[in-house]
Amino acid sequence: MQINTPFFKQRAHDALADENLQKALGNLKAGFPEKRAIAVDRMPEFEELRNQGRDLKNHILEHLDLYLEQFESKVIENGGQVHWARTSEDANRIILDLCKQVDAKTVTKGKSMVTEEIGLNDFLEANGVQPVETDLGEYILQLRGDHPSHIIAPAIHLNLEDVSETFHKNHNRPKSDDPAVLMQEAREVLRDKFVAADVGITGANFCVAETGSTIIVTNEGNGDLTQTLPKTHIVVTSIEKVVPTLEDMTLFLRLLARSATGQEFTVYNTLSTGSRREGDQDGPENFHVVLVDNGRSEMVGSEFQDMLRCIRCSACMNHCPVYGAVGGHSYGWVYPGPMGSVLTPQMIGIEKGGMLPNASTFCGKCESVCPVKIPLPKLMRHWREDEFQKHLQPKAARYGLAGWAFLAKRPTLYKPYTRMASWFMKRLAGKKGRIKKLPLAGGWTDWRDMPAPQGTTFMQSWKEQQKNGEQP
Amino acid sequence: MSRGEILGNIRSGVNYNKDDSQRQQAVSNRLAAKADNLIPGRAQLPFAEQVELFKAMVHEALAELIELDSLDQVPQACADWLSSQGIKQLISASDSELTALDWNPLEQQQILRTERVAQAGDIASLTSSFAGIAETGTLMLHSGPQSPTTLNFLPDNHMVILRRSTIVGVYEEAWKKTREKYGNTMPRTVNMITGPSRSADIEQKLQMGAHGPKNLIILMIND
Repeated sequence: MQINTPFFKQRAHDALADENLQKALGNLKAGFPEKRAIAVDRMPEFEELRNQGRDLKNHILEHLDLYLEQFESKVIENGGQVHWARTSEDANRIILDLCKQVDAKTVTKGKSMVTEEIGLNDFLEANGVQPVETDLGEYILQLRGDHPSHIIAPAIHLNLEDVSETFHKNHNRPKSDDPAVLMQEAREVLRDKFVAADVGITGANFCVAETGSTIIVTNEGNGDLTQTLPKTHIVVTSIEKVVPTLEDMTLFLRLLARSATGQEFTVYNTLSTGSRREGDQDGPENFHVVLVDNGRSEMVGSEFQDMLRCIRCSACMNHCPVYGAVGGHSYGWVYPGPMGSVLTPQMIGIEKGGMLPNASTFCGKCESVCPVKIPLPKLMRHWREDEFQKHLQPKAARYGLAGWAFLAKRPTLYKPYTRMASWFMKRLAGKKGRIKKLPLAGGWTDWRDMPAPQGTTFMQSWKEQQKNGEQP
Repeated sequence: MSRGEILGNIRSGVNYNKDDSQRQQAVSNRLAAKADNLIPGRAQLPFAEQVELFKAMVHEALAELIELDSLDQVPQACADWLSSQGIKQLISASDSELTALDWNPLEQQQILRTERVAQAGDIASLTSSFAGIAETGTLMLHSGPQSPTTLNFLPDNHMVILRRSTIVGVYEEAWKKTREKYGNTMPRTVNMITGPSRSADIEQKLQMGAHGPKNLIILMIND
């Protein structure tokens, strides 16, 4: 996928002016956060589940190599194969080879963000294998030549009219603006594709070391048809998805559905272990797991290790004021929102991804809803520091910060300067106490008034109170 | 090559040293213990109340639940439900508990019962189940030679037999029962199913019947 992260500012600007997008994003705000809040209320132990989820992920990451080895040996024991991919290129090549082994012409796909990350669809298509997305949202996007703007609701940036138009163009049927009719259309069209596919590719939400199983979580059932009907099932997942036991997986399942869609449980939670067994009448004859690294192994032991706890629920973006305003495509690559702002610089480099950790107000909502308590603002701050140390920020930001630091480190300059600024801003605001225009702060005052300071600095007030013997 | 690099990177990040016995011990202990994490209080109830919780959660998940006094009543219940929908076909799993039944009631309604895997275009299927989980009204189904997985997903309507006695409180109990039955090797596919298929991918508005069954009908046997 093309990397557009350096253009975040322009894309965010355009997104704010895009009426259709703003209408579509309105659905998000009223949907997921409210449903999550209700689900969390119904689970009094939710906070303790979050603590356990965090601690368990930390334990896994400290023993990640060993759990991966155990998982691998169990997959093999059950008749499957495990392939390790250091990079996107490695992963794509492995998957293409597996498709060629069964002379695959078409491949159905369950929803998988890792395959977006490695750019699998374009690669397969360029090599003569036709991928077919089967998740309703992903299918709509594939027909439009578009990409997901959200990790679990990929087509959230589209409105009903967009889908209606797209299906009308591609399905050769009368145009409908009834979502139920549109879904039925997709169901009928994709049914034949499911049956015809030579290979089914799914992701995995978790890989269970104890049993060598992978699990997918879907509401539509598309992932199940994808993996059950073709001759070969390829699971494309990443190394941090391994969990020790079924009980440990269960802990994360309780957190995942509630944090993601606010459901008590997702409709289909399906565990796959190895290939078709003796006597089985259906199921894949070949079972492959591709474990993608793509920069993750370097995060172990680094200041970004906490990010590997992520279970891809999307709660952070659902609650993010920046994501809610500009949508996922503004972020310019695969993973949007707060989790994307931490992960993207790791995967494409801080040189290209540096805008994203800056695209945050640090309000902290993301961390407060994260099911595994990832300190997302802190991790974004690490990237900002890294960016600053590498001299990657725009000059205005660097000189501005340097100027402020110069003053802040010199109290004899800082005190009179802030006193002056405070006095000046209060005068500028007049009786209303709000500033309409401020030099160098157009980014703020173009859109809203700046509240004015009350005229004195903290230090002045403190001294005043001490003198009068008041308690602060 | 990738494998060695990836594991090497991880080891250089995790304080790995030559005597790695402590980390290895921690991993073997965890894998052997299969210990429960926090079990929510919701389903820690006397059995009769677990059954009530199961029924309430099934209702919330928009599945249909039909209670029967014994397994013998299944053919008639199938015949009634299918004919109420005008369906003339039932694709069935071939577990012994199903094959042993008297399927005359279906024939009387000219409904054809066939034991095979599901195909595109099938209207209705019937399978057994391994357990019901009260916590969220979830069914657990295991694949096997007599219970092909496609029956759970391809047909428009999925009828599932659940014995009341197999209802458990939480997922963990179902895993323990699975281990008791299969030992160290899991069935090829374990399906946990909570209600019929759905999607909210168009404008976040919930629509029922995406790719899997549009209706999930649980025939609960009060054994």
